Amino acid sequence: MAAMLETTNLGISFGGLRAVNEFNMTIEKGELYGLIGPNGAGKTTVFNLLTGVYKPDTGRILLDGQDITGRSTIEINKGGIARTFQNIRLFKDMSVLDNVKAGLHNEFTYSLFSSIFHTPSYRRVEQQMNERAMELLKVFELEKHADLLASNLPYGEQRKLEIARALATEPKLLLLDEPAAGMNPNETQSLMDMIRFVRDHFDMTVLLIEHDMKLVSGICERLTVLNFGEVLAQGKTSDVLNNPQVITAYLGE
Amino acid sequence: MKDKTLKSNLITYGMVIAAYIVVQILLTTGNLSSLFKGLLVPLCVYAVLAVSLNLVVGISGELSLGHAGFMCVGAFASAFFSKCMQNIITISGLRFFLAILVGAAVAAVFGVLIGIPVLRLRGDYLAIVTLAFGEIIKNVINIFYIGIDSNGFHMSITDQFSMGMEPTGTMIITGPQGITGTPKDSTFTAGIILVLITLFIVLNLINSRDGRAIKSIRDNRIAAESIGINITKYKLMAFTVSAALAGAAGALYAHNLAALQASKFNFNTSILVLVFVVLGGIGNIRGSVIAAVILTALPEMLRFLSDYRMLIYAIVLIVMMLFNWAPKALEWRERYLGRFFKKTVKEGK
Amino acid sequence: MSFLSYLINGISLGSVYAIIALGYTMVYGIAKMLNFAHGDVIMVGGYVAFTMMMNVGANPVVAVLVSIVVCTVLGIVIEAVAYRPLREAASPLAVLITAIGVSYLLQNVVLLIFSSNPKSFPSVVGVPDLKLAGGSLIITGKAIVTILSCIVIMIVLTTFINKTKPGQAMLAVSEDKGAARLMGINVNGTIALTFAIGSGLAAVAGVLLCSAYPSLTPYTGAMPGIKAFVAAVFGGIGSIPGAMVGGILLGVIEILAKAYISSQLADAIVFAVLIIVLLVKPTGLFGKQIQEKV
Repeated sequence: MAAMLETTNLGISFGGLRAVNEFNMTIEKGELYGLIGPNGAGKTTVFNLLTGVYKPDTGRILLDGQDITGRSTIEINKGGIARTFQNIRLFKDMSVLDNVKAGLHNEFTYSLFSSIFHTPSYRRVEQQMNERAMELLKVFELEKHADLLASNLPYGEQRKLEIARALATEPKLLLLDEPAAGMNPNETQSLMDMIRFVRDHFDMTVLLIEHDMKLVSGICERLTVLNFGEVLAQGKTSDVLNNPQVITAYLGE
Repeated sequence: MKDKTLKSNLITYGMVIAAYIVVQILLTTGNLSSLFKGLLVPLCVYAVLAVSLNLVVGISGELSLGHAGFMCVGAFASAFFSKCMQNIITISGLRFFLAILVGAAVAAVFGVLIGIPVLRLRGDYLAIVTLAFGEIIKNVINIFYIGIDSNGFHMSITDQFSMGMEPTGTMIITGPQGITGTPKDSTFTAGIILVLITLFIVLNLINSRDGRAIKSIRDNRIAAESIGINITKYKLMAFTVSAALAGAAGALYAHNLAALQASKFNFNTSILVLVFVVLGGIGNIRGSVIAAVILTALPEMLRFLSDYRMLIYAIVLIVMMLFNWAPKALEWRERYLGRFFKKTVKEGK
Repeated sequence: MSFLSYLINGISLGSVYAIIALGYTMVYGIAKMLNFAHGDVIMVGGYVAFTMMMNVGANPVVAVLVSIVVCTVLGIVIEAVAYRPLREAASPLAVLITAIGVSYLLQNVVLLIFSSNPKSFPSVVGVPDLKLAGGSLIITGKAIVTILSCIVIMIVLTTFINKTKPGQAMLAVSEDKGAARLMGINVNGTIALTFAIGSGLAAVAGVLLCSAYPSLTPYTGAMPGIKAFVAAVFGGIGSIPGAMVGGILLGVIEILAKAYISSQLADAIVFAVLIIVLLVKPTGLFGKQIQEKV
């Protein structure tokens, strides 16, 4: 059985700077995997490479056995990777419900003709979309805010909505970029439960970038540590976090 | 949520229909001045233009400064069609209906052709290129001479005489003089029907899967891409539908005039429509209709001010913009006028 | 020879566009707004100089100076009353529409004072024409003055921005208003100064434009305003050398198109060239490519 994600020798340079170099990582199906490292280590760049925002200079990316190297963001999303963003990117002038329904765009379709004439198929599919979107909102306890504008949600809830929107695209692999940033300990705790629930309930594989070590050690099964664009350590969470090199990288000499 | 949108849409349609009924009553009782009668079709034209431009500016989030260009294409294509068909299709209603379709279709083709290059650009660069296309359309149509005689069509881009037409032939487009003698098929009823159809198309589109895709790109292009939404396709969709509707408005406009000239469709016309959109509320479709009606009628209502009319109009425009948009003015309104005016501007989004 | 004289005419017209475009581009760079009233400030400059010469009897130099002062003040007032309150507005379109309102306002005030009859603008240039190649190539005094003015303005402006404190403040504000404020820069003052300079330049452009095309109406500024805007975008809006190069290229293309292709299509050709340039270089010739960070 192929791994969910396998990267080999992935690398990219910006100008003279090698932002990511020889990046190898394999994530098995159903894993909760963490990507950690000091600021500027290249974590978000890895996400951008995986989602086609940047095209890698070297290396390959296999998603569930399929080569997706060099594909566009849209194709990669259709292929099964969805993500959230470090600096939240919601559709802020749309309702919470519509944010998730936008995520359902490629899962539920009807023609432009139906859009304009609101044909029976429009009504039927919209109904299905509403149900599906509400289901997703319930997972993140957002259903009562469905009609609110996304920009009016509190910060923590906005992060959750982003995850709900990503899940709406029915991915195989979910990438979360600092999902707990800006959350208080209680919120972080409930977020951890939600991420576990998502993995179990949706048969999801999750790769997350995080600085909150409580969250990382609490839910990630394996980790990759990046430092200056290179893999510093890789393996089981407890082993990696006790690795002296990792401790040095994080705490300094 | 759904019910609220539905209710809001019904209010919009109801408002247009109510306005129609009131005008009809005034017309039958003879209480409408000839000045106002002459305004009825233009009011519909500008309402359609404003709603269609709002689809691009408010819903798709791109600034277009060349909307008059699409109106121009629609006007000329439809007037050309009507002139050719004048003796072939004698039922004026049918001919006019087809002319509007022709105007919309040709404008839509231009929408696609212009949209493909333009939509690669961003922000103000996109705006200036739409302006450029609008001016190009105007200038190019301005040099065409087209006539018809027993041998078929004749065309020239220099003058009427180099076309080699038989003396019995008729001119259809005469360069800067444009098209004269278009059948006057536009009526207020036709105008109102076009307004309602435009509203129907735009409001339904906004509240659909495609509309959500368009809005999501407006709100966050990168996030929209990340959830698999095809940016080019949906930007082009909004642009093309908008162009087609502007073309239909152009058809309505052309069939209301004795003489149609390309020079009328200049940058100022595009700007005028943009003013309606912004004052009515960016993204607020009903607001566009109201603003188009009020601001088209305003200069006429200010006629008693004679020479000061346009000056007052300019001042009203500036004051309204400051009152509606300046953060300090909004704060002041919130404090002293309370609920009356609360965020009327942003409601539509 | 005729090609050379067309070329010189083009550079001369382009110099006027360049001076207007400088105003556009500076204001855009710092206030991030398309100031559609800029063209009308040119027209006001023309009328002030006209009044000074014809009604007051001032000599051309005094007339031009008065015109510069009036336009500078006008620019500051417009910015303070109509644009500054909208700087933090929710949509950048708000200030764009207000600028259009200001444009209508200026046109109509002038219309009320001077009527719509074209005024025949007297020449302000006393420089004699230059005859070259045995008289077959004539460079008019106006063209010489226009081109020289443009060069001088360019040099002075570049020096001002790069070598003086207020100039550096302008760069800082156009880069990041918030950071500039934290560095102790008077942001409002700097923006006002930019409008003042842009409007002063518009007065110069107005006088030069009217000297070359002596028919002055309340709508004289509209088309050159749009063309200069195109020139600014052409060169990369926000860039001073860009405005210069864009303006001159635009003038040359316009005159050559008029001479060799079609006078009716000259504007269309100018706009078509703009479109092609932007499709190849989406931020203009000298524009900065800005990539959004994900």
